[in-house]
Amino acid sequence: MILTEQNFQTEVLKSDKPVLVDFFAVWCGPCQLLAPILDQLAKDYEGKIKVGKLDVEPNQALAQKYGVLGVPTVILFKNGQEVKRMVGVQDKSGLIEELGLDSV
Amino acid sequence: MFDLIIVGSGPAGLTASIYASRYKLNNVVIGKVLGGTITLAHKIENFPGFKAIAGLELAEKMGEQVKALGAEIILDEVTKIEQREGDFKVFVQSGKNLVSKALIVATGTERRKLGVPGEQEYLGRGVSYCTTCDAPFFRGKTVALIGGSNAAVSGAIHAAGFAAKVYIIYRREQLRAEPIWVEEALKNPQIEVIYNTNVTEVLGDQAKVTGVKLDKPYHGKDTLALDGVFVEIGGVPLSSLLQKMGVKVTAAGHIDVDKQMRTNLEGLFVAGDFTDESVVLQQGILACAQGAVAAFAAFKYLKGSPTPSPA
Repeated sequence: MILTEQNFQTEVLKSDKPVLVDFFAVWCGPCQLLAPILDQLAKDYEGKIKVGKLDVEPNQALAQKYGVLGVPTVILFKNGQEVKRMVGVQDKSGLIEELGLDSV
Repeated sequence: MFDLIIVGSGPAGLTASIYASRYKLNNVVIGKVLGGTITLAHKIENFPGFKAIAGLELAEKMGEQVKALGAEIILDEVTKIEQREGDFKVFVQSGKNLVSKALIVATGTERRKLGVPGEQEYLGRGVSYCTTCDAPFFRGKTVALIGGSNAAVSGAIHAAGFAAKVYIIYRREQLRAEPIWVEEALKNPQIEVIYNTNVTEVLGDQAKVTGVKLDKPYHGKDTLALDGVFVEIGGVPLSSLLQKMGVKVTAAGHIDVDKQMRTNLEGLFVAGDFTDESVVLQQGILACAQGAVAAFAAFKYLKGSPTPSPA
């Protein structure tokens, strides 16, 4: 799911499911390494969580709002609130564990 | 059963696979991220064949070559390696365990941390280990690069393309990067070097970085106001997998190798930034060369003719 300043409110903040947002940039190598891992997570946890990508360049206001000054940053939102944040490339098992995805 | 498993998917591991495939060794590469450390380099201008190329692109090209020669690259984490009756059993996170007759490990390094208060707290909130990734967040701001290596000085030049002011803070009295980078940095009016100085704390306002504390006053002040701090002080060898197997390492954790990239365990070869042969110069081209030598040594080992000892 592609997130923008237009759909962030409905898709993330008002979502009834937890949403994992990938703040990324096109110039960032580690972001490109993280993307397929998040795609895999989206499949594995389909129906339980949503996974969305937010390009920080055209959506600077959102990156600023959440204090994102580094990419990749993934933030897990529940009921419109940030509950967990991870910075840098992660492996799949690390994400599942740190974000507590098996208990959402 | 593979002839050869290669653990590590950076330039060393990928080159080892290219050579191994051409020696007709049935091989596979397992690594956490394709390319490893080199993917953090925004521009590489000293890899022959490319006047300038992004680290990520170079890694992707190496990966394509590996696959074109028939080897698979598995992106997964290796959790344990065991040697049993001469064979190597490699345990991976997802549960698929692999076995081979010979093994090359090229797990490289992870970024060295400053180890000062505030560093972890402000990661992604002004503290970064990737200038390429994060310099664009600091348009018109003030940032510092910590370190004096190629990565630090070229990173400062890259950051100056976005930030209004870039400090390089280095513990020694002279930058140790290639003179071509040093010259470019020193003549850039946006870049200012603070020598003989260490950062002792990253300061912030809870939400983001506001500066650093220095161990020696600069212009009469022991704090420096900053919006961003880029840490480029080298790598720490990732050798724990091998240390558990009884592979010899140096005091700093680098793998003790001979000129054929052999370790003290028979059939186990290493290559890349985490070997003690790399301490002198940690560069992609050196990692590639070591990968080639390791693959050749593994080939000789598997064919039963020992490589000649160094004269």
